[in-house]
Amino acid sequence: MAEEVKLFGMWASPFSRRIEVALKMKGIQYEYIEEDLSNKSPSLLNYNPVHKKVPVLLHKGKPVAESLVILEYIDETWKQNPILPADPYEKAMARFWAKFLDEKLWPAAKKVVLSKGEEHKGLIEEIQEHLKTLESELKEKKFFGGESLGFVDIAANIIFWLLVVQETLGLDILTEDKFPGLHEWNHRLLDDAVFKECVSMERLLASFKVRFGALTASK
Amino acid sequence: MLKNSFLCSSSRVSIASLTVVAMADEIILLDFWASHFGMRVRIALAEKGLKYEYREENLWNKSRLLLEMNPVHKKVPVLIHNGKPICESLMIVQYIDEVWKDKSPLLPSDPYQRAQARFWADYVDKKVPQLYHELGKKIWYTKGEEHEAGKKEFIECLKFFEGELGEKPYFGGENFGFEDVALVPLSCWFYTYESFGNFSVEDECPNLMAWAKRCGQKESVSSSLADPHKVHGFVMEMRKRLGID
Repeated sequence: MAEEVKLFGMWASPFSRRIEVALKMKGIQYEYIEEDLSNKSPSLLNYNPVHKKVPVLLHKGKPVAESLVILEYIDETWKQNPILPADPYEKAMARFWAKFLDEKLWPAAKKVVLSKGEEHKGLIEEIQEHLKTLESELKEKKFFGGESLGFVDIAANIIFWLLVVQETLGLDILTEDKFPGLHEWNHRLLDDAVFKECVSMERLLASFKVRFGALTASK
Repeated sequence: MLKNSFLCSSSRVSIASLTVVAMADEIILLDFWASHFGMRVRIALAEKGLKYEYREENLWNKSRLLLEMNPVHKKVPVLIHNGKPICESLMIVQYIDEVWKDKSPLLPSDPYQRAQARFWADYVDKKVPQLYHELGKKIWYTKGEEHEAGKKEFIECLKFFEGELGEKPYFGGENFGFEDVALVPLSCWFYTYESFGNFSVEDECPNLMAWAKRCGQKESVSSSLADPHKVHGFVMEMRKRLGID
C-alpha cells in the first residue's frame, strides 16, 4: 500500500526546502502543494493551527509541523539514508547546531536586509561571528555531517539565503578569504544533485532583486 | 586449590567489572537553582534514577568550566557526561532519554507521537523567554497599565496551555513525558506571579493547576523544582536591587 505523503511548502522558504531535500534523499514519493503565503489555504491553517506556517508534512492524513521536527520524523519513519547520527552524543550535537542556525544565524540574516546605519553594521558583525563559529565547527570536514550530507547540512541551507541577500545588496559577509571552509562547503552542496534541486539560487536571486534591489550597500 | 583459584579469578573479574561500572558514568550538571531550563534536566536525571554532581553557577560570574563547556551560548544548563558537554535543555533531556532508554521513557516510541511531543516542547521553548523575561517581568517589575497588560497576556498564555491540556492528565496523554518536563518548571514561579499580579492560576486555569499539582506529586519533579517561596524571595531581592519598593 503506497504511503500517502504530502508536503505543504513554499519554494522560497528554506524551511520548506529542507523537507524536500530529506524526502528526495530518502527516495520518498510525495505530493507537493505550493502555498501562497499571502493567502494561506484552509488546509494549511487546519493542519498547522498553532503557527499557520509552512512546511507541514502530511503522512497518512496526520500533520507534522516545524521543519526540524519534521526532519526527525522523516528520519525515524524511513530508515534508509539516515540524516541523523545513531550515536546519542553525535545526535545531540547535530540538534544543537541546527538550533544554532535557526535561532542565531537566521534571525540576524533576516534583519540585515532592511537594516540601516549602525544597526546594519552591528548585524553584519553578528552574522560574521556566527559564521566564524560554524566555520570552526566544520573544520576539515567535507560536510557538517562528516563524509556525507546530514541533518546540520540540511538545516544550514539558510546560508544559501544569506548568499542571495549578500549578492542582491552587494554585501561582503561570507567571503572565500574570511570563511574558506564554508565557501568550499557551499560549492560541495551545490554540486549535490538533490540539494541543488532544492535551492533554486537563480530564481531566488531574481526574486530578491525585484523586492530588495533598490537597497544598496551604501547604508 | 583449583576451586580457590577459580573463586579468586572470578572475584578479580567482578571487581574489575565493578570498577568499570563505577567509572562508566560521571555526570556533572552545571546549573542555576532558579533556572527553568536547568529544572528540566534535573527532572530527567531523577526520572532515570541517575546519580550526578550538581554544580551551582553564579550567572553574574560564570565559571571557567561553564565557559569552556558551552563556549557558544555560555549558558546553563550544561550536562557533562564522562567529560563531554551537552548544551540546551531539551537536547540534554533527549540525550538522557536516549542513553538511559530502559527506564522511564520520556518520549513515546511511535515516531508520530514523538513528533507531536517535540513540536509542543519546541512551542514551550519559544514561549518561555516571553513568559519570564517579558510578561513575567512586567508583572513583578512594573506598575499601572504596563503591569496590567503583562498580567493579561501572561494569563492568556496560560489559558492556551490550559486549552491544549484539556482533560488529559498530562500533555502527552496518560503518562508524564517530554512536554510536561518542558513546561512544569514554570509552576514553581506561579506563586511569585500570583502575588505580584494579584490573580490565582487555579481560578484562571483549573486544569493547568491540577496538572502542576499532579506533576508535583512525582518525586522527580518535587525534588527538582525550586521552592516557590525561595523564588519569591529571589524576585523581592531583585526588585530591591532595581530600586522598586
